[in-house]
Amino acid sequence: MTGVKFDFDKPTKLIGQPEARLDAKRLLHGRGRFVDDIQLPRMLHAYFIRSPIAHGKIVSINTSGAMDADGVVNVFTGKDLENVVEPYVGVLSHLAGLRSPPQAPVAIDCVKWQGEPVAVVLAHSRAQAEDAAELIEIEYDELPAVVDMEKALDESCPLIHAGYDSNLAWQRTVDVGDVSSAFSNPDNFVVKKRFKFGRHTGVTLEPRTSIAEYDPSDDQLTVWYSGQAPHMMQFIFAKHLGLLEENVRVISQDVGGSFGIKVHTYGDEVAVAAIAKLLGRPIKFTADRYESFMSDIHARDHVVDARMAISASGQIVGLEFDDVTGIGPYSMYPRTSAIEANQVLNLTGAPYVIPNYRATSKVVFQNKNLMCQYRAVGHPIAMAICDCLLEEAAAHIQMDPVEVRRINLMADNSYPRTSASGMKLDELSHQAALNKLIEMMDYNSLRADQLEQRKDGVFRGIGFVSMVEVTNPSPMFYGIGGAPIASQDGATVRLDAGGGIHVSSSVTEQGQGTNAILAQIVADVLGVDLARVKVTTGDTKTTPYGGGTWASRGAGIGGEAALLAANALKEQILDAASVILQAKPSELDIKNGQVVDAKTFVEKMNLSDLARTVYYRGNELPDEAKPELVATRHYRVTDAPFVFTNGAMAAHVEVDIETGFVKVLDFWAVEDCGRVINPLLVDEQIRGGVVQGIGGALYEECLYSDEGQLLNTSLADYLVPMASEMPDIHVAHIETPTKSSVLGAKGAGEAGTGGAPAAVMNAVNDALRHLGVTIYQMPMTPERILSALAETKTDN
Amino acid sequence: MGQTKKIKVMVNGERIERDVAVRTNLSDFLRNDLGLTGTHVGCEHGVCGACTVRVNGQTVRSCLMLAVQVDDLEVTTIEGLADTGPVSALRDAFLKRNALQCGYCTPGMLASAVEYIEKIGEPDRKKIREHLSGNYCRCTGYQSIVDAICDVIQVGTEK
Ligand code: FES
Ligand code: FES
Repeated sequence: MTGVKFDFDKPTKLIGQPEARLDAKRLLHGRGRFVDDIQLPRMLHAYFIRSPIAHGKIVSINTSGAMDADGVVNVFTGKDLENVVEPYVGVLSHLAGLRSPPQAPVAIDCVKWQGEPVAVVLAHSRAQAEDAAELIEIEYDELPAVVDMEKALDESCPLIHAGYDSNLAWQRTVDVGDVSSAFSNPDNFVVKKRFKFGRHTGVTLEPRTSIAEYDPSDDQLTVWYSGQAPHMMQFIFAKHLGLLEENVRVISQDVGGSFGIKVHTYGDEVAVAAIAKLLGRPIKFTADRYESFMSDIHARDHVVDARMAISASGQIVGLEFDDVTGIGPYSMYPRTSAIEANQVLNLTGAPYVIPNYRATSKVVFQNKNLMCQYRAVGHPIAMAICDCLLEEAAAHIQMDPVEVRRINLMADNSYPRTSASGMKLDELSHQAALNKLIEMMDYNSLRADQLEQRKDGVFRGIGFVSMVEVTNPSPMFYGIGGAPIASQDGATVRLDAGGGIHVSSSVTEQGQGTNAILAQIVADVLGVDLARVKVTTGDTKTTPYGGGTWASRGAGIGGEAALLAANALKEQILDAASVILQAKPSELDIKNGQVVDAKTFVEKMNLSDLARTVYYRGNELPDEAKPELVATRHYRVTDAPFVFTNGAMAAHVEVDIETGFVKVLDFWAVEDCGRVINPLLVDEQIRGGVVQGIGGALYEECLYSDEGQLLNTSLADYLVPMASEMPDIHVAHIETPTKSSVLGAKGAGEAGTGGAPAAVMNAVNDALRHLGVTIYQMPMTPERILSALAETKTDN
Repeated sequence: MGQTKKIKVMVNGERIERDVAVRTNLSDFLRNDLGLTGTHVGCEHGVCGACTVRVNGQTVRSCLMLAVQVDDLEVTTIEGLADTGPVSALRDAFLKRNALQCGYCTPGMLASAVEYIEKIGEPDRKKIREHLSGNYCRCTGYQSIVDAICDVIQVGTEK
């Protein structure tokens, strides 16, 4: 943290106000510019032929029919690109022991998942390319597919990668305290459950899209990319296509949702850039929905055997679990597919005092689409393991789920301290958040209603979660492991001659309102009208260098850089003004776009006059005055590996035991994301996150056949939450600003997705437990609920 | 390309005459041939509602319709939705309520919202949610969209 002091309570404050997002007007008029909207001269369209099988050798590819087809310019196979693209490997050195073989953008000899690109047709239109693809003959020699991750490590299981002794990619154990005695002590009560978390995916409404254009005359590659991390992609395109980084420009403007899906290296996107370089003309690739389901990264896919020991008075004594997760045939590049498992190990139980903790995660290869980081990486699993065991244990010792949390949640005044797994925690407010939640939801009347309804055969349940969310990662997250992923971000803030302010930032916008909050922060610091601040993000050529948007870092890191830069510009402005006005800088301030007397607020000069004097009429300044009206600042977190936020959430559900259908009646979320910059934006972020969490808990799953065929590849078969199924979601805040920055914002983008699944699972079990039924598999589909109910019937 | 056919269609008040491939769907025709990129494509199989436009005043999924089917008809896309009356009020309310994030669903959402206001027009959250169920939004929690539509209806009735 720097020496900058800032008054967040001044009467003219903008930080904290529910300002409308002015740059959203364009989108309301259909004037967004998404990548697929761009048409370039001489542009060709790429269509990828993808493997129809999960595992097999490519025996032959005959492209001659397609080459002669209408509109076709060229066809490339993996072999054609072999010498053009340097293979990439998804490992990080700080995840010790993680292994994954080199990947090529288009399969060369062997296909390892259904959906892997095998050939690409370039034609004047997408339709022509698709037609021609039908004329390509590909012969495969099918190999046995490893689909079930629980069997992937069996001795008898076929190996996916030659040269590897097993299908294990990585494993890690965390062992703190004395878990064995916690469980062997007969005074403790032990609950044990097997959790299953299905695979799901992000379903960005705008599919992944990119356009690559190469100019051989100056060796310049430009990629318009619907994604989150332009500088990371600049590095990747440069490295793997043999270009200088400064010759690669990555532009990421309007992005139709990303949720972590659009922050990875996809073979099809690398191939498009490589082909643009080979052909010297622009190439567009837009995934259709079928391709999105097959090739956008999937997430979760964990089976966890977990147990918790609790004392008779309700204290958690020990927590232990074994997790296995299937990641597809490769670890995704460059973030790796081991981070989710690592997060599960690190975050499980983090809200609670747990003296004894042991957890192991095994990350295995399988012949399915790649698994990697999607919104709330690892959080839904970590939160469900601990909070669902806790409610189960509480039920057994007949303790109220709120009471058991009050006993076990870390005290709000007990920080800094470490979590069960040893993570550094600071400035959290679990107890206050839970209290606020209980108040807000009117808990006691809900409980009374539950009993009343039960008499009429209506089964309602209330479930909770207390959670942490990792935000604002330091270099300890990726950079330390060798990934080209910046943890610092920068902002440049400039006063223009007209008196307007231009901000350029390395964090990116995907609709969450990054640009709007940057403007809000800068306008607040500088004392100018919000409408006079214009923001540029998402262009490696024009913005400072940085990591982009992921891990809920836009506000916390990008926002802090903007605050610091704006503060520096303010000093510059007041310095220049002091020369022009013959006053001391400390006697001046800026209000409403005017330089004013700091005490009396009497207007002295407007910012446009000041800028025009500096820019146009330097002759009016003394020669020794060398005013600057542009400042750049960067920011990274230095005092902890991450910043943590916390929240408490509750779901109220009704389960129809005839149909197995779960209706979410209500949902409450209390979030402590540090300083709230704009409640209007953050509330809807939390709601959107909760809705994705409810989707994961109840509806969304990528279903595979035993042969590794993805069975649901349309929006009609893969269910995402619709308006009619979703409840109103009540959001409230506790604000504990992080001391690691001046701004104090921690981030909020993923909390809802991380917490909601556990709350919903607890609520469903709360509705059913009195019938002797519980369910620990997500999504909790009607079919699964009915079969859980049927099992108890047979048991009885 | 296959067979083509000449169509005459009024798009956002402008008379258009084009030869189109018979198989071209309306969303591709609007986006690629006419450059009306405000119509978005999220699924191409009639589920997500991102491609919703109005044809002779009725909302349709432009990915499920062929361009040749709008011969002699009137098409209104987001670019042509008049900035008066309920449309303008909805835009203001969407902004005020933050009823959009990435904006990819928004053109379709607005078209469906206008239809709701014209045809049903009750500030009933459940009915609004039901009406919007053919329009997926992956970013918001839908709540702000419902709020925005309610706002417009309530202000309308107060007048
Ligand atoms: S693109 Fe037409 S409904 Fe999805
Ligand atoms: S705002 Fe992104 S899909 Fe609705």
